[in-house]
Amino acid sequence: MKDFAFLNGNEAIAYGVKLSRPHVIAAYPITPQTKAVEKLSAFVQDGELDCKYMHVESEHSAMACSIGSSSVGARTFTATSSQGLLYMSECLPYASGARLPIVMMNANRSIATPWNIYGDQMDSMHVLNSGWIQLYVEDAQEALDMVIQSFKLAENHEILTPVMINVDGFVLTHTYEKVEIPPQDQVDAFLPEIKAAPHLMSDENKMSMCISAGNQHYMEFKIKQHRDMFKVFDELEKIDADFLKSFGRNYGGAVEGYRNEDAEVLLVTTGSVTGTVRAVVDSMRDEGKKVGVIKLRILRPFPVDEICRNISQARAVGILDKNISFGYEGTVFTNVNSALQQKGLTISTTNFIGGLGGKDITKVNIRNMFENLLSGEGETVQYSNMGCAL
Amino acid sequence: MSTAAKLNIRNLDSNEYFYGHKACGGCGESLALRLALKVLGDDAYLSLPAGCMAAVSFIYPNMAFKNNAIITPFASTAAVTTGIAAGLEALGKEKPLSVGFAGDGGTADIGIQSLSGAIDRGEKFIYICTDNEAYMNTGIQKSGLTPFGASTTTTPSGKVIHGNINEKKNMFEIVAAHGIKYAATASIGYLDDFINKVQKAKDCDGPSYIHVYSPCPTGWGHGAELSVDLGKEVVDTGLWYLAEYEEGEFKLNRKPKEFKSIHDHLVRQARFRHIGEDELKVIEETRDAKWAKMLKNWN
Repeated sequence: MKDFAFLNGNEAIAYGVKLSRPHVIAAYPITPQTKAVEKLSAFVQDGELDCKYMHVESEHSAMACSIGSSSVGARTFTATSSQGLLYMSECLPYASGARLPIVMMNANRSIATPWNIYGDQMDSMHVLNSGWIQLYVEDAQEALDMVIQSFKLAENHEILTPVMINVDGFVLTHTYEKVEIPPQDQVDAFLPEIKAAPHLMSDENKMSMCISAGNQHYMEFKIKQHRDMFKVFDELEKIDADFLKSFGRNYGGAVEGYRNEDAEVLLVTTGSVTGTVRAVVDSMRDEGKKVGVIKLRILRPFPVDEICRNISQARAVGILDKNISFGYEGTVFTNVNSALQQKGLTISTTNFIGGLGGKDITKVNIRNMFENLLSGEGETVQYSNMGCAL
Repeated sequence: MSTAAKLNIRNLDSNEYFYGHKACGGCGESLALRLALKVLGDDAYLSLPAGCMAAVSFIYPNMAFKNNAIITPFASTAAVTTGIAAGLEALGKEKPLSVGFAGDGGTADIGIQSLSGAIDRGEKFIYICTDNEAYMNTGIQKSGLTPFGASTTTTPSGKVIHGNINEKKNMFEIVAAHGIKYAATASIGYLDDFINKVQKAKDCDGPSYIHVYSPCPTGWGHGAELSVDLGKEVVDTGLWYLAEYEEGEFKLNRKPKEFKSIHDHLVRQARFRHIGEDELKVIEETRDAKWAKMLKNWN
């Protein structure tokens, strides 16, 4: 008997966390993540989730407490967004450098100023280089499922890298969907208890952690960390395949294509906008136009092989960025172009920057992007749905 | 609180838990740390922020702590300390002992927010502030605990402004104002007092804080052999005090009948050699006002 519920993205994350049985949650509230931590606190206060909930005084301490609990081998979760992610950003490379398998939800939200609470991906792009695995989900079900998968991924002793699950603010965090909640016993079987990594502190094996390494050793630590990140692709696929066996659904590893095999032009997306793009693809296909979409599920590590394999047959590729690197272009665009260059592929690419500060990306906007790609005209970097001329 | 016999040099643990580090000769902080660990034992999990004690003890591949120990982000000593305690407890360890050691800057400036948050949560942890009155690790810059008049590399004795013009922040009472279970001040000049306060903190079933005055020969400009003596003298001059906050009450542990000369104490430290009569008068008046209040209001 399947257990369905009507949940928003925040609640779906909370259920995913509850099912993963963390030892410690340390979190500070910030819009639009609040409903996730409220739900988690309610689980704890009602005795439905047996874990230490730390009511920290800031995001910086949320991550620092997480570093503390994870460094003794406790399964640890936190959640944040936007300014909060930036406030804790000092601690992010700290956690990844210490190889701590913390899992965090980030409710993607814009960055001040101007102040704006709505969704874009400027916050997570800001910390793309923090050494965290960055996943992007499309809907509430994927949000729930990826919490469970993320703990399994992060805690793998070959990987030992923290995971940031990015959930689009409001569009996902506050939108209700039908979500299947997997049974606890099945999740327990899929995600066993955390096995403490050998470099962590314990009574039996006393350790010094977060040590200093001088110029003779530092680079070796960092390159080791970098190389271990590439192990994520195979492991993510394996976890995803196992997930299918256990729960009857999966997501396809690093990228997921939709009607892309014979597509002349493709749009590369991250997160919730993918759903809208799928709908546009369907209607344009009905008109005989060969369009498709590639959803990037992971930005770090960056799936060079997977993205190139999936877009190499297209005539033109558009990259939809809900972020901007001021003075240059969208960050996903930069990364895709670099991947194509590495593989010696020459495909026309166009950058569509949209959705900043929660600006709608409508079906019409997406259709225009596809038409633009099909016509082969237009600027390399374009701004979608601008309200006024600048 | 424990009713066990008082600790002293004869019954103190003879094992060493902190050795092979690269602290300067005469370092007050490292002495406080070494002796505190003899009380805490090697079961204690230690958190130290970026600062001298972290810089001298975790240099790969030579680690100076026998205990579990972690360097924390600078602002995060108390957060990591309580995170460790929460993690251990959630994993089933009974009464884990998690202890943060931070300097004056790491405590009173950049770390005060996370310290306040951790005390507010009421979890059991010990926080020991080893106060050497400036950012020594980065080269003797002023902190919120640098005393009035002291010259540092960011408050030099200039032609117009002579050293630090701010008063030392009152961390002990700031911490006490949280209604913390146990807080105390101490000095490496009175080690019996210090180690027994560490024992009290260890036995305490909530958050506890000890602020230990820790002379720094390199930063203060005095001989390495004078550190303990200066740590004693500062209490005898009334410029520092030994006190406790327990069950909502303040208590003075030592009330000098008469104060030793502030002038004679300060001239032994290069950081005060520039100060004149006016500054000395301010320091004396501040001391007297503080003692008048303490003697009136504290037990």
